[in-house]
Amino acid sequence: MSARPLPQLAGLAKEFYGFCKARELRFQRCTDCSAWRHVPRERCGECGSAAFRWERSSGRGRVYTWVVANRSMHPGFPSDPPVAPVVVEMDEGVRLLSELVECPPGELSIGMPVEVVYDDVTGDVTLPKFRRLA
Amino acid sequence: MTARACIVGIGETRYARDKAWAPTTLALNLEASVRALEDAGLRAHDVDGLMPFPGLSCAEEIAANLGIAELAFASTVHMGGASPVASLLHAALAVTSGVAKYVLLPSGWAGYSGARARQTVATEVGSLPGGAIARDYYIPYGLTAPPQWYALLARRHMAEYGTRPEQLGAIAVAMRRHAQANANAVMRGRGMTLEDYLASPMIADPYRLLDCCLETDGGAAVVVTSEERARDLARRPVHVLAVAAGQPHPADEIVSRKDLFRIGLTSAAPRAFAQAGVRPSDADFAEIYDCFTFEVLQQIEEAGFCKRGEGGSFVEGGRIELGGELPINTHGGLLSEAHVVGMNHVVEAVRQLRGEAGERQVPDAQLGVVTGFGDFGDGSIAILGRS
Repeated sequence: MSARPLPQLAGLAKEFYGFCKARELRFQRCTDCSAWRHVPRERCGECGSAAFRWERSSGRGRVYTWVVANRSMHPGFPSDPPVAPVVVEMDEGVRLLSELVECPPGELSIGMPVEVVYDDVTGDVTLPKFRRLA
Repeated sequence: MTARACIVGIGETRYARDKAWAPTTLALNLEASVRALEDAGLRAHDVDGLMPFPGLSCAEEIAANLGIAELAFASTVHMGGASPVASLLHAALAVTSGVAKYVLLPSGWAGYSGARARQTVATEVGSLPGGAIARDYYIPYGLTAPPQWYALLARRHMAEYGTRPEQLGAIAVAMRRHAQANANAVMRGRGMTLEDYLASPMIADPYRLLDCCLETDGGAAVVVTSEERARDLARRPVHVLAVAAGQPHPADEIVSRKDLFRIGLTSAAPRAFAQAGVRPSDADFAEIYDCFTFEVLQQIEEAGFCKRGEGGSFVEGGRIELGGELPINTHGGLLSEAHVVGMNHVVEAVRQLRGEAGERQVPDAQLGVVTGFGDFGDGSIAILGRS
């Protein structure tokens, strides 16, 4: 099996994943209209402002939807067991694509409360993932 | 558009999954183009406009191979599977404004004997709108291919509106039934029941194998000109009554959308229907871009054939089959005819409106709707009328 593909650490992605490496989940928040946003953008999609802060997330959210990649369509991801990319809606309102740890796809449900954990997939890259909250 | 454009020529190659055939993508685009020009009664040097599908061929190589020495208009729309119908918009603008006389729209690919769709998307992601976002935020988690992107929407729709697998299956079964009346359909001779559908393996749960379009070899092309020029040509022209394109917001990223179900068609369809002065219920048939079953259901809702959340019941009971209230994908679609990037939908609509669809002809078809859907939800819609 090939290695899993990694994000390219450049620009805003480098900043986002840099915080993850430091065990902080931060999203951009517009300085002018206070809107949270993810994925990282140069400007606010609500008001067009270029001014933002990287604001700390609560790290908590709920499962919004998911898919089970039963048939692998990328050499980095095996079919058995399949990965299950999950959309998490954070308490701040932003959504992000991630995956759950220690939760087989059959146990996923919409609305399931989750919190962020950090997976150091290489020495450089830390991916935010989620675990079930009791 | 006050002045109208017409589709005056259609061309298709053989559609097949046949390892002994193995045509190139370019050869498919060229053969379909030649047939479309023959159908229109035009010669290659009459063509002064070219709109090839993004990433499959380009105007330069089409022109070089067909002997088109003077191009006044060459352009490509980058909307994935929404491109062919969106290209009709650009072509219509070109011929009604006088920028070009005859615009050729070639499409097609060796999607079976060449690189398969499932292999190309993840590895050539940089070529897609939103490619860097997918690379940095989707693919590291294993979200790598179109059935997975759209399955996220399908599952959420099931949760919010109670849409059931049997309803997605009704779409697959209808397309397969229509393919039985189409000699060029890859799935002719291979019937499918709802039980077959439900028993097919999961590919991207909630998508089963039979929710997914085919991987095939085939090319399709159309020729567009002005209403005035169309009068002098061999074939009964089909009028482009209206055509529109639209994008979701943001168009380069799926999961953060405030309204997950709002796609390009959501804004494009009302514009097109208003422009044509007709309602969705006036359509005699619709050819809906069917990369996956749920996208058919979603486009039925977002185009206004029914309300959001009612698509599941709309597709049941034979309503979308030939003989039903709104036959959809009368040729079998990408699911059961062939995956010719949606240009086969345009060709089929023209054939229906000419009254040349043979055993699958919708009786007295006067008004047809064709949609395109691509990338992360870009949309396009054409409303076509019999002359």
